[in-house]
This record gives sequence, C-alpha cells and structure tokens, in this order.
Amino acid sequence: MEKEIAKFSVNYLQILDENGKCAEQPGLTQKQIKEIYESMVLARIFDERSIKLQREGRLGTYPPLKGQEAAQIASAYALGKNDWMIPAFREHASMILRGLSMEMILQYWGGDERGQKIPSGENDLTFAIPVGTQPLHAAGIALAMKIMGEKTASLVYFGDGATSEGDTNEAMNFAGVFSLPLVFVCENNQWAISVPRSRQTASQTIAQKAVAFGFEGVQVDGNDVFAVYSATKSALEKARSGGGPTLIELFTYRMGDHTTADDASKYRKKSEVDEWVKKDPIERLRKYMESKKLWSKADEEKLLAKLGKKVEDAVKKYESVPAEEPGKIFEYVYAEMTENLKNQQKSLEHQDEAKS
Amino acid sequence: MALFNLAQAINLALGQEMEKDKKVVLLGEDIGVDGGVFRVTEGLLDKFGSDRVMDTPLAESAIIGASIGMAIYGLKPVAEIQFDGFIYPALDQLISHAAKIRNRSRGRFTCPLVVRVPCAGGIHAPEHHSESPETHIVHTPGLKAVIPSNPYDAKGLMAAAIRDPDPVVFFEPKKLYRASKQEVPEKDYEIPIGKASIAKEGGDVTLISWGTMVHVCTEAAEKLKEKNIDVEIIDVRSLSPLDTETILTSVQKTGRAVIVHEAPRTLGLGAEIAATISEADILSLKAPVKRVTGFDIPMPLAKHEYLYLPNAERVAKAAEEVMKF
Repeated sequence: MEKEIAKFSVNYLQILDENGKCAEQPGLTQKQIKEIYESMVLARIFDERSIKLQREGRLGTYPPLKGQEAAQIASAYALGKNDWMIPAFREHASMILRGLSMEMILQYWGGDERGQKIPSGENDLTFAIPVGTQPLHAAGIALAMKIMGEKTASLVYFGDGATSEGDTNEAMNFAGVFSLPLVFVCENNQWAISVPRSRQTASQTIAQKAVAFGFEGVQVDGNDVFAVYSATKSALEKARSGGGPTLIELFTYRMGDHTTADDASKYRKKSEVDEWVKKDPIERLRKYMESKKLWSKADEEKLLAKLGKKVEDAVKKYESVPAEEPGKIFEYVYAEMTENLKNQQKSLEHQDEAKS
Repeated sequence: MALFNLAQAINLALGQEMEKDKKVVLLGEDIGVDGGVFRVTEGLLDKFGSDRVMDTPLAESAIIGASIGMAIYGLKPVAEIQFDGFIYPALDQLISHAAKIRNRSRGRFTCPLVVRVPCAGGIHAPEHHSESPETHIVHTPGLKAVIPSNPYDAKGLMAAAIRDPDPVVFFEPKKLYRASKQEVPEKDYEIPIGKASIAKEGGDVTLISWGTMVHVCTEAAEKLKEKNIDVEIIDVRSLSPLDTETILTSVQKTGRAVIVHEAPRTLGLGAEIAATISEADILSLKAPVKRVTGFDIPMPLAKHEYLYLPNAERVAKAAEEVMKF
C-alpha cells in the first residue's frame, strides 16, 4: 500500500507592487517609512561612491549591493536592539542601519581590520567572506540565547549561492532540531558571481528547503520594503516567543557586479538587468510615498544633498584615519601574545629600522 | 588520593569546571545519554541537564560552527569531535573563523572554545579512527593545541583549556584513556598551556614527544639504560604554543635530540622543532636532530598499524645513532 504521508506548500508575499501601489502597508508610521526610505537612499549613494573609490584606486575590492536595498534595510529594520544580526559580506546597508559607521565599512574594504571592530554594545557580527559559513554562528548565538533564557532572536543573511554549501544546510538542520530563535534571510539575488540560481538548486524555490528541516519557509518580494519588513518582523516575533526558526527567501536582484573585480556583462544579458531595473526597490517606495503625499521633489533634493554630504564626510574620515602601528598585526591573534609572536613582532621592528 | 585513568580525569575536570562556571556547556555526538563513545562525558547529562550537555545532530562542522557562535555570545562550549579522522569537515570553521574572529574584529569578538578530539592509533580501530591531525591545528595562527600523556596532566590541562580566552584543541590519545591509573587530586589546579614537562631527566640525549609516544620513549629509555645511554624525555604537552625554552635548555644540555611523533613526518611538528633547535643554537648539537615518526602514508588499517607507529625499538635505534654520530 502506498499513501501520501507529507505534502507542503510555499507562500509568496508581496504587499507593495511594482508600481508603488499597495492595499495595506504593515503598520509602519510615516516617520518609519521615511526612515526606511532614507536608509535605502543612503545605502545606494554609499554603494555608488564606494565603487568610484575603488575605480580611483582609493579602495580595495568591494562588493556592490545595488538592487538589494529593500531586502537589507527592511529586514534589519525589523530587528530589536538586543537581537543579533549576522551578515555575509554584502550587507553594508544592514550594517549601516544597525549603527556601523560608513567609514569603518570603507576601512575594512580598504584593507584594514579595524573597520570590523564592531562598536561594543552593537550586536552585529563581522562580515563573513567564506560563503555560507556564518549561518552556523547564528545558530550558535541563537542556541546560547535559548540556553540563557533570553527573549531575543538572531538573524542571518546569506545568498542563493550559500544554499549549496553544507554549512548552511547544517545550520538550518541544527535550528530545526533545537527549535532555535533564528531567522534565516536568504537574499536570492539570482547570481552567485556568474552562476545562476538554477545551477545552485533544482528546487522550485529556496523557501521550500525549510520544510525539509521542519520549519516554515516563505518567499517574499525582496524589492518590496513592506513585504520584507512584515515577513521579517513576524518571523522575529515567532522566534522570540519560542516558535522556532523561519527561512525567508527574499527574491531580489544584484543589479551590479559581484565585486568591483567582476564584469557581469560577461555572463548575463542587459535585457535581464533592464527588467529588474523596473523593479527598483527605492523607486517603488518613492512612488508609494509620493502617491500618499509623504514625499515631494523638494524633499528628494534635500535628502540627496544631505546624504551626499554624509557619505563625503565618511570618505574623508576613512581617508584620514592614521595608519595602524605595524606591530599591531601580532596583537590580536591571541588574548596574550605568545613568546613566538613577540619574537616575530620584534623582527618586524628590526625590518622597519633597516628600511628607515 | 583517588586513582583515575585519563578518561576519568577528563570527566572529573569537565564536571568541576561545569560546577564552577555555568557558562561551560558540552556538545557533540553521543556525549549525552551515551556518555560519549569513550565514556568521557559519562554521568554529566544527569548531573547538569540537557541544556548543558547536548547531543547534537551528526555534523562536525555544525558542532564547531555553532560552538563559535555560542562562544562569541558568552558561553564556554566544550565540543567533542568523536574521532580524529572526522575533524576535517570542521576544519573550515576552525581555521576560517574560530582562529580568526579575534583578529578580524580587532579584539571585539573572542572565541573561548575547547574542541576535544580523541586521537591517534594503537587501538586497532577502523579506518579514519586512528589519525594524528595536530599539524593542521598547530599550523593555524589563532588556535592552541594541547595533548596530555597522563591523567594528572589531563585534568590540569582541561581546566586550563576551558579557562583559556582563546580556542584550544584538546587532543586525547585514545590508547591512554584506560592504559593506567594515577593519583589525581580533586582540588583545583591547572597545567599551564605553553609549558612542556620533563618526564624523565637524563644527560645524553633528549627525546621530545607527546601523547602516547611519551610512553614509547619511556620504554625506549629502559632499553637504552642497558646500553648506558641516559636519556631525558620531554613531554611537550602544549603543541601550540610550543615551549621552545624547555626544549632548547634540554638540548643544550645533552647536545642530542630525537623527536618522536605519530603524525606523518613531512611538515609534522617534529620538523618545526628540529628547525627551531638548529636556528637557535646549532653549535650546541653534537649530532643531527633525528625524527622517529609516522610514515608519509595514510594511516594503515588495524593489521598494519604496528608497522606505522613509532615503537621503542625505532626510538632506541635512533637514539643510538645520534650517540654514535
């Protein structure tokens, strides 16, 4: 005898359509909507400025985020101060929103570890460059929260490529087994460098992978701030109140190159990019705000001027940070330097003397 | 004073540290209900509950990756990797994150984590159950590695490892778990990480080894005594950081060194020790430094492991060669 013993369905959530229209937004105040909008615009200006800095030889390799502003800002906006955020490496928008300064982000991509000295009190982990390794750290943080009886949650970002990595799957399995207060946010931006999503998985959606791990997955229009915020907020509330993990697939698009060392025109058509430009998350929210008389051309001009200056100030700060003393490269390997490292540090000093 | 074998001594240390510090939690495969496949965590689930002694899904990278998150958050996880040969899936987490998070965040985040690894051969185990992967750990800046050769050191090293602010890989030679018993004080003490011990004093040649091989060196010393060769034995204990001072002081005294380890020879820790000795004081040497090690082959299965593992005859022969040089 054969009978059906399991079946599942996956929901798709969109609130704000591509023309900026929506039936009912998820209870955000006008001030909050403007805050979200400003944060997205800031992220875009920062992103464009960073790419230019790299082209001018003033910044190292940098991974652009253009197109993913709603996915990052609206999800991070749903976090509480005591919740933890675990980024991959493209989450500059989320990091800035959570409080990491733009000059520190530039400092890191400029090749200086001090840019990832997350200010104490900020519950955000450093960037994790090895793809898909960080969901396990989020699982550990969530497990610690659970053991310590705290009513907080952790949120981890990763991309569609990361869903192919063993660690990401191990993290989801772990989260399911221990019913962890953890929100998995997959920014499905359709491309892992040159490899399309279809080459990462034969699964119809990424969201449905959660089902196999015993928890809920949902696909969300990742360019729709209201849907991203709403899905993340309810997943976080569920997590904090003991309801376990959720996987949120944010269906979005990386409008730029993978990094400044990449040329996306080699592997994808302009027509595809153009289609996604029509779904631009920032334009979409602006249309909504204009239609609700929350925003005017004058507001926009004022904002662009203000944020442009803010980014320029950050660039100035980044470029005026004094160099770290050479010997410092030895000082953060262990809590206390080993004799071996002290000797190596001394040899570096001698090298400096020989040079000067 | 009560007698403990090495497994019991580690169990005692784990229980005592958990009593003292609520932040100490254990996790791994079969460590709870089963008490670990070597029974090292026996009884701890009953005593401390399932929030502090956690049976995890069968996923080594998850065990270490989650432990990193827990350590960053403020707990002190003691993770068990069931067997040496199964540590490899977790090496990415150890090398890319546990070892680097302090440096990457310029000290903002730390990873006070202990990874227990039953290791090495001599118990006729299946493939992948008898390996000595310490080089991978020692070669990674940001990690520490220790290995006890006796119950007394095991308890003190475990206490030190759990209290250490950095990630420590704690190798446990399987062959020694129940090989002998020793008086182990219940009272609190630490064996400091980074300090070797002189297991036996002597004047003619220094044998440098760790783990199970310390006992092989002791056996070799008996044979050599019959030939009037008086050996000094250094139990390295702390593979990283390495106590080069103790090693150099001994070699400067004897003028001869034989390094003995189970791991394959090429780029084994013996190579580093030999290079360190010759860089620091080659003129104190009366003979070239010799190595008696595992061969550069995959660890043989049970029937042939005796061919691979250094034994007292090989060690004694090497010591005689450096004496005759």
